[in-house]
Amino acid sequence: MKDQITMALAGNPNAGKTTLFNQLTGARQHVGNYPGITVDHKEGRFSHTGREISLTDLPGTYSLTAYSVEELVARDYLVNAKPQVVINIVDASNLERNLYLTCQFLELGVPMVIALNMIDVAKDRGIEVKADRLATLLGIPVVPIIARTGLGKNRLIDEAIAVASDSRRNWQPLDISYGDDLDETIMSLMTEIDQKGFLTDIYPSRFTAIKYLENDDQIMARGRTAKPAVAETIESLVSQVSGHLVKTMDVFPEAIIADHRYGFIKSIIRQGVLTHKFDTDRLYASDRIDKIVTNRLLGPIIMLTVLFGVYKLTFSWSELPVSWLGSFISWFGDVVSHNLPDGLFKSMITSGIIHGAGGVLGFVPLIMFMFFGIAILEDSGYLARVAFMMDRIFRIFGLHGSSVMPFIISGGIAGGCAVPGVLATRTLRSPKERLATLLTVPFMNCGAKLPVLALLIGAFFSENKARYMFFFTVLTWVVALLSAKFFRSTVLRGEPTPFVMELPPYRFPTLQGLLIHTWERTWQYIKKAGSVILGISVLIWAMMTFPGLSPDRIAAFDQQRKAVKAGFPADIISETEGKKTAGSEQAARLAEQLSIIDGDQAEEALRNSAAGRLGIAFESVSRYAGFDWRTNIALIGGFAAKEVIVSTLGTAYSMGKVDSKESASLGQRLRQDPHWNKGVALAALLFIMFYSPCFITIICIAREASWKWAFFSMVFNTVFAFVMAVGVYQIGRLSGLG
Amino acid sequence: MAEISLRRMKVRQTGTITSVKVGGVLGQRLREMGLVPGTEVTIQGRAPLYDPVALRVMGGTLTLRNNEADFIMVEVAEETGVSLDR
Repeated sequence: MKDQITMALAGNPNAGKTTLFNQLTGARQHVGNYPGITVDHKEGRFSHTGREISLTDLPGTYSLTAYSVEELVARDYLVNAKPQVVINIVDASNLERNLYLTCQFLELGVPMVIALNMIDVAKDRGIEVKADRLATLLGIPVVPIIARTGLGKNRLIDEAIAVASDSRRNWQPLDISYGDDLDETIMSLMTEIDQKGFLTDIYPSRFTAIKYLENDDQIMARGRTAKPAVAETIESLVSQVSGHLVKTMDVFPEAIIADHRYGFIKSIIRQGVLTHKFDTDRLYASDRIDKIVTNRLLGPIIMLTVLFGVYKLTFSWSELPVSWLGSFISWFGDVVSHNLPDGLFKSMITSGIIHGAGGVLGFVPLIMFMFFGIAILEDSGYLARVAFMMDRIFRIFGLHGSSVMPFIISGGIAGGCAVPGVLATRTLRSPKERLATLLTVPFMNCGAKLPVLALLIGAFFSENKARYMFFFTVLTWVVALLSAKFFRSTVLRGEPTPFVMELPPYRFPTLQGLLIHTWERTWQYIKKAGSVILGISVLIWAMMTFPGLSPDRIAAFDQQRKAVKAGFPADIISETEGKKTAGSEQAARLAEQLSIIDGDQAEEALRNSAAGRLGIAFESVSRYAGFDWRTNIALIGGFAAKEVIVSTLGTAYSMGKVDSKESASLGQRLRQDPHWNKGVALAALLFIMFYSPCFITIICIAREASWKWAFFSMVFNTVFAFVMAVGVYQIGRLSGLG
Repeated sequence: MAEISLRRMKVRQTGTITSVKVGGVLGQRLREMGLVPGTEVTIQGRAPLYDPVALRVMGGTLTLRNNEADFIMVEVAEETGVSLDR
């Protein structure tokens, strides 16, 4: 559209950017990803006095360097999309630091309006900011606002529209003096840049010169591809100057630049912009809370309580909606299966598609509740305190203090789920630490592994159930943290990302903010993971079904059934056919005999399926860990979802359908089987805990990182688990545990 | 007046930054958060395991790991080098 005004919203994290964005656009926003990276691209539309406005929410940054994806995204957006006006939101209670970014926008020359936010908070702290004085000194409009209540937002947009429509204001870079040494260098660099037309189509020449002095990787790389010869001249000039500076004054040019920027800011603030009414040293309300909440003794206790609370919220409170969804899906499946003729098509619709859709949707309440809980912690400012308290421990393993949340959600308290756990890693801003967390959270004991563990522990180690469960929970933590350490010293090697982080003042989250936050993240899961999950679900169904039994074999089983039925009177047969529970003793016996045949048939069909053949083929390798083909099939089924292991084992042992919650009979059957003993059970337990994450988790890893890492996770975890299982089985065999 | 490293400052102690001797990402991060020479900092508290440290800088609160605080030199009022840090 022609007369639509494009605006961008920029500012420091915690300056109230998202709150203002939600205030302005309400629910009319669209969240996507910048291609190839996980930074959200948020865009919203609204109209103001008859003008249509499109507003892009840039990621929150403190600076415009090339050190983080957020900063690169913000910078590239400004120079490439050239929004007509930038609304720079600034926290009035922390003006000096916030103006550092403003200063860089001014140097870039973007048309800008300052939204002076949180004037109420500043006033409470005795700080008064003279907006008009600041506007005069900076030469741009400054509008005081309170983003939470929406105060001042109309005037803000009026001013922004005025700036956007004023062509004279467009792109006027501000010159800040960086001291005699650098100013001289910048002048000579600019002459070179202007003469050769070096990157002048993208950046103002002064901006390019400064970025070269700041040693900015991205701009230097761009320069080298655009005009290699010029780039070389400039680079050698810069390295001369910085070499000289380091030798004579022991400072880097970027430090001098930063010093002068703050100098510029101070000079402005001192001209009557800021007045302190009372002592700034007094304890703010936030500090008083921190005195308790990060206290040496109380802090960890409160933290554990809060984390446990989020865990409870995610998994207990979502139980009801999950079960509603579950019964809706199974009701829907029943309706469909009643109305379709028996056969492959029906089986695909019910077992493949409806089951798959159920798999996608079944996680939705879980994810919603988790993101709601996390949004509360994030928006209130508590999550930063958790990172602050946990960092010392997690740093040992090459992780970040913020890694604790994904670990807990994934099953750090047994019974979580890796799918929301993987999604929860979004709160980590350090790329390597985030990836290491992402790859290790699937080791935790999720809720779907628990029935399998319960089955095997119940069958083979029933004398010490609780002790074994506790041992395995601790073991998963140890394995996950040690493998994080392993990743961080091999494939993800590198310096820790600086921890330098803001502890934002505590705030009451707004309901609107929480709901938008929760919904946009949940919707992204449905949209991005949904279709793939459905596809793979059908694929796994096909693997467990095809090629099926030959007509001869089916006929043979029918023959058996006929033979059994022949031994009973006709009225008994008709009695078993109609009902699920047989009334008379004879009918019960008949039903039992028939179900044995059904079980045998299901077993043979499974054995004959693609998955079954795969299981048999794997036997030559898996026997080192003590697994026979039946276990193998169950493990293949476990790739769909870990709880499938129990039901597939049931089919493979021709026990028909086994309910994963009541698996005692299957446990008995395993105990009597010559293939199974304590050694095999222990090996299987370890393998199931640590092998490839289920494919829904894999897809989430692919979406959050890349397919490369998703495959890495599958292969690494499976190999690792197999080595553990073989080790335990062989030791068990030699020490006579079997 | 004495110049000590930020790591050695005590809780509630105030000082003025004299130098930040580190380049690269860390240097940039420290500077953009306002940790430049001339800035006044007050130690606000330490995490339960004594590391990281929380400081009041300008109008906000920042956290730093101890090994990151090592690069920052601070001028504090004379007080013979007793330190809470182990």
